[in-house]
Amino acid sequence: MRDVAIIGVGMIPFGRRDEDSLLDMLAYASLDALDDAGMSEKGVDAVYVANMGAGILQHQTSVASALVDRLSLQPAAADTIENGPASGASAIKNGVLAVASGYYDTVLVAGGEKMREVVGWKATDFVATMTHPEVEYPYGITLPGMAGMFTRLYMEKYGLTQEQLIAVAIKNQKMGALNPYAHVNMVITREGIYESPDAAVNNPVAADPLRFYDMCPVSDGAAAVILCPLEKAREISRKIPVLIAGFGQATDTHTLQEREDPTDLKAVTLAAEQAFRMANLKPKDVDVAELHDAFTILEVAESEHVGFFKKGEGGKAAEKGETSINGKIPINVSGGLKSRGHPVGATGVAQVVEIVFQLRHELVPKRQVKDAKVGFTLNFGGFGNNVVAFVLRRSE
Amino acid sequence: MSLDMELESVLRAPALEMPPYPAKVITLANSKQMVVRQVRRFEVPVLLDAVRPTMKIEKDFYDIVGARLYAELLGWYRHRVRNEYCLVGQIDGYVVGIVNGRMVDQEIGMSYHTMAIDRGLKVGAHLFAAKMEHHIEFLGQQEVWITAESPIGFRRWMIEYDLIQQVGVQHELGGATSYKLTRDLYFDSKSRLVAGQRPVPKAQLDYALENLFIADEKAIREKICGTLGGQP
Repeated sequence: MRDVAIIGVGMIPFGRRDEDSLLDMLAYASLDALDDAGMSEKGVDAVYVANMGAGILQHQTSVASALVDRLSLQPAAADTIENGPASGASAIKNGVLAVASGYYDTVLVAGGEKMREVVGWKATDFVATMTHPEVEYPYGITLPGMAGMFTRLYMEKYGLTQEQLIAVAIKNQKMGALNPYAHVNMVITREGIYESPDAAVNNPVAADPLRFYDMCPVSDGAAAVILCPLEKAREISRKIPVLIAGFGQATDTHTLQEREDPTDLKAVTLAAEQAFRMANLKPKDVDVAELHDAFTILEVAESEHVGFFKKGEGGKAAEKGETSINGKIPINVSGGLKSRGHPVGATGVAQVVEIVFQLRHELVPKRQVKDAKVGFTLNFGGFGNNVVAFVLRRSE
Repeated sequence: MSLDMELESVLRAPALEMPPYPAKVITLANSKQMVVRQVRRFEVPVLLDAVRPTMKIEKDFYDIVGARLYAELLGWYRHRVRNEYCLVGQIDGYVVGIVNGRMVDQEIGMSYHTMAIDRGLKVGAHLFAAKMEHHIEFLGQQEVWITAESPIGFRRWMIEYDLIQQVGVQHELGGATSYKLTRDLYFDSKSRLVAGQRPVPKAQLDYALENLFIADEKAIREKICGTLGGQP
C-alpha cells in the first residue's frame, strides 16, 4: 500500500446559508481545496462525496455525479458515501484506500449537508432516521434523547458532573468565537449558563440532564480535501503534505439497549486502536485532536475511549483545562461540532481540514497548537455504532 | 408643526390608563446585563434610528417587521395608535432589542412586534417574554393575541408557549392565523421562559434611562445578518 497524503483542503463557513444550495456549498469547498493544492480540475481521478440527507432534506440523490458535473471533472469516477454522521470520515477513508491501492492518484473528497432548509424538529427527525427502525425510531427516540440517557448513566457510573460538561461547552464556544468557519461565534460564561438566577432560562433542559448549551447547532456547511500518494505530493502541491498515518473504523450494535454496558463505546476504542496501531503511535503522541462533540458528553466520553484519559477522568480533565489549547491534549480547538456546527455529511471532513490547518501551522496564534506534528480525528456515527478515526502527521 | 387642536382632539383617540412596566435586568448567556425597561414617548425618535436600517434587510423578514414596527412607533409618538407601549432591551446603554404592543381593552392585549438586534443570546425571546409579562402581570389582562410574520417568530411563540389558535379571529396585524396566550398558559410557562431580576440597581437603571445608544447602520446590519469568515 502506498502512503497517502492530504495536499489540499477547503472549507466554507458553517451556519445558515440560505443563499446556497447543497451543490453550491460542495462546489465552493471543493474549489477551495483544489486552489489550496494548486491543482486544476483536470487532475482529479475520482470524487467521493459524503452526504447523509439530501435524499430526505433536498429530495436530491446522486450528489457526487452532480458535483462532478458542476465542477466539470468528467470523466472522474464519482461515488456518494452515506454513513450517517460518520459519512465524512468514511468518504475520506474510501479515498485513502483508493489512493493507497494504487488505483487512483488524485482524489477529491467533499462532504456537505444543508440542514437549515427545514425547521429544527424536522432536522432532528431526519437525524433520528439512523436509529433502529423497529425498536427505537417508532417510539420517538432522537439523538439528543439518547445522549441524555447516556449522560445520566455516565454520571451514575463515573461521577461525571454538570460542571464538567459546562467546562466543555464554555471551552468550545470560546474557541469557536475565534474560528472564522464556525457557526456559533459567541462566548458563553459559567455565570450566564449555570450560576445566575437567569441561567435556567438562558440554558434550559433539552434532554435531561443535557441542556441547550450541551448541544451542537443545526448547520449548513461543506468541507473538502485532496488526497494523493505521499511520493507525488511534492510534485503536485507546494503545501506541506499531511500524511494519513493511520485510520480505523469499527461498528457496534445498532441499538444502545443491546450493549452489555451502554456507557462503553467499544467502536470508538476499536477505531482509535486501529488508527494508532497503523500509525505506530500512541494517544500520548497526539498534539491536537478533533472529537465528535455533537453533545458535550461525547467529547468527554470519547476522550476517555480513545485513550487520552482513563475512564471517568475525561470530565475532570476538561474542568481542569487539560483539554484547552494550552492543556495536556488540546481537544476541539476549532470549537468542535458544538461551535463550528454539525452539517452531518461535512463534519468528518471538516475535522480533518482543521487538523491539516493545525499541522501546517497556518492558524492565528490564539488557535494554533504550538509545533503540532500529530493530529487525531474521531467521527462518530449513530450513537457509536459506526466510528471512523484518523491519525494525521505533518510530513516534513 | 402647528396643529388645529380642535381637529387634533378628534384624531387623537383617548388612551386608557396603563400601569407602567417595572424595569428588570437579565443576565445573558455571555454574562452581559440587559436592562429591560419601558420606553418613554419622547425617546421614540431615537429608537426609530435603530429600526430604520432593518427595513432594508430581507433576512428573516426583518424588512417587514422593521417597516411595521417603525410605523407603529411613529404612530404612538404622533398619537395615532391608542394604548400602545414599547419595551426596550439595553446592554451598556445600547439598544439590542425592541418589543411593542397595545391594550385593546382591560381584558385583551394585542402583541405587535419583537425585534432582536443582537442575535444568538435569546434577546428576542427574553423581550417577548417581558411583553407577555407586561400584559398579564402588570396590565392585568386575561389574554394576549399574537401572530407571527417570520418562521422564527412562529417557532418561538406559538410552539414554545403552546399558544391557542383562534379560528376566525382577526389579529390587528392581519394576514396570518391569530393565536392567544391566556393567563394559565403564561403562568404554566413562566419559570421556563421569563427571566429577569428586580429591582434594577439604581445606577444601572439610571444609566439606561439617560443613555439610549443606537449602533450605526453597518453594525446593526452585521448583528442581524452576521458576517461570513475568511481564510484562517
